[in-house]
Amino acid sequence: MSNKAAILIIDDEVQMRKLLQITLESNDYTITEAATAKDGMIMAANHPPDLILLDLGLPDEDGHSVLKKLREWFTNPIIILSVQSSEEDIIKALDNGANDYLVKPFRTGELLARIRSAIRGIFTEENNPIIINGDLQIDLANRVVKKNEELLKLTSTEYTLLALFAKNEGKVLTHQYLLREVWGPGYINQSQYLRVFIAQLRKKIETDANRPAFIVTESGVGYRFATKE
Amino acid sequence: MTTLFINRLSKTNQFLFGLLLLILVATVCYTVSGFIGYKVVGFILLITVSLLAMVLDIVPIICTAAISALVWNFFFIPPKFTFHIGNTEDAILFAMYFVVAIVSAVLTFKIRQIEKIAQQQQQKEDTVKLYNTLLNSLSHELRTPIAAIIGATDNLQSGNAKLTPLNRNELVAEIAKASFRLNQQVENLLNMSRLESGFIQPKNDWCDISEVVYEVVQRLEENNVAQKISISINPAIPLFKLDKGMLEQIIYNILNNAAQYTNTNCTINISAACHADMLEIIIEDNGKGFPPEEIKNVFNKFYRLKNTSTGGTGLGLSIVKGFTEAMGGNVDLQNVETGGAKFVINIVAETSYLKNLKNE
Repeated sequence: MSNKAAILIIDDEVQMRKLLQITLESNDYTITEAATAKDGMIMAANHPPDLILLDLGLPDEDGHSVLKKLREWFTNPIIILSVQSSEEDIIKALDNGANDYLVKPFRTGELLARIRSAIRGIFTEENNPIIINGDLQIDLANRVVKKNEELLKLTSTEYTLLALFAKNEGKVLTHQYLLREVWGPGYINQSQYLRVFIAQLRKKIETDANRPAFIVTESGVGYRFATKE
Repeated sequence: MTTLFINRLSKTNQFLFGLLLLILVATVCYTVSGFIGYKVVGFILLITVSLLAMVLDIVPIICTAAISALVWNFFFIPPKFTFHIGNTEDAILFAMYFVVAIVSAVLTFKIRQIEKIAQQQQQKEDTVKLYNTLLNSLSHELRTPIAAIIGATDNLQSGNAKLTPLNRNELVAEIAKASFRLNQQVENLLNMSRLESGFIQPKNDWCDISEVVYEVVQRLEENNVAQKISISINPAIPLFKLDKGMLEQIIYNILNNAAQYTNTNCTINISAACHADMLEIIIEDNGKGFPPEEIKNVFNKFYRLKNTSTGGTGLGLSIVKGFTEAMGGNVDLQNVETGGAKFVINIVAETSYLKNLKNE
């Protein structure tokens, strides 16, 4: 990226905005800030940023409704920042179109990694049939998966699951979403299928299935296909 | 004062209970009325009412007392089977019975009320004591890291030229350490208040036990735990339907406890197994173990071992117990003969061996 990616921060806490501003500017992002939902939505409309960091606890409007309104027209990534660690809240935000979420307090490295992979998502969406992540190579056109140049034997369900992850690299996919997309709407409460296939898929694609680096668990929420740097 | 089952009955049921006992006593008296005079019967009924007054509520007991007077009048005071009273002496006796029955009923009830208030007072004092312990422990555990943060930032902001880059790094490291400590304490407090609210409901879903254990261990290792943690789980262990968040917290707190209070060269072993539909998790270390006389207290809220270094609020293990019991399980602590502590968690839950079926 030659241009600096523009990030809009919508958070009512001055300290939080200051911290984010320093962190992001020192990592070559340009920053705009808003302290209220109203200001945030105006700024997003006037100069659509490459990414929005949205705090759920805003004084003038519920963060979930801000997210819904933004998603009516804003297509770039939105990452949720929240002190609420309740799983329902996070799942609701993801279902309303958030790309990712971070629970405060979060680590700076984690924040930057999430921002990088969300922004990378914008640029890789252009029908790229081959997704490369670390030593893993997924050829969506030919349905072929290789690890360290070696062909992996995946069952059809395992492949569907992996392809879904790869197309949503960096994004948290909820249990229900995965079950619906891979097995169908009748299976959204059959989470044991998901557990079984995630375990099997990890055995095939991870270097150490007990310490997964690709398919990362987001406790109580879902899974994320992490970008290996 | 113990709560009898009768105190939990509704007022109507209490009244019915009183009435039934009264009828029983009156019937017995009636069958033996050939041998005892009606005045003795009056005393027997009075005793019955006084005894009932010790357990019944105010309205039921007054009704029972009044009815007992009428029963005495109707069935026992001559002429029998009328409310008419034959002579003046009996009339005075009846009036006195009526008054004594009701006065004793009311007084007994009053005494019980006073006892109840005294008891509540006692409970309140216990709560205050508990809160003082909490505040002392909390103000210490929260203020220490806050003091570290403020002190370190003051130093960094002072622009003191004598601060070497190494000093600066150390100060920043202190701030980081203190913030993690604060975060940990807040996490524990939030969990405790969840438990205290009494509304805690496990959200059960299928859990891959080895995934949970490895994740928790990884989280600890990221915090630079010095001890070696070894994991042994049979790969064929079934999925369990449990609250994953709670299970993670239980394992994390025990491991964290072991990591904090054992020497850095110790080893912590964690194993999980399935017996029928019971999940058994054993966490064992080869440290010094717990003083035997204190083992029964370690799961109590705010309890901290005597002579322990700072760094805990005494909440970690009580959360372990609270969460385990919320999922219908139990947790046990023993010392190992060769030295070290051994926590055993047992939780009965639904299992699924789907995991072992052939893929598709």
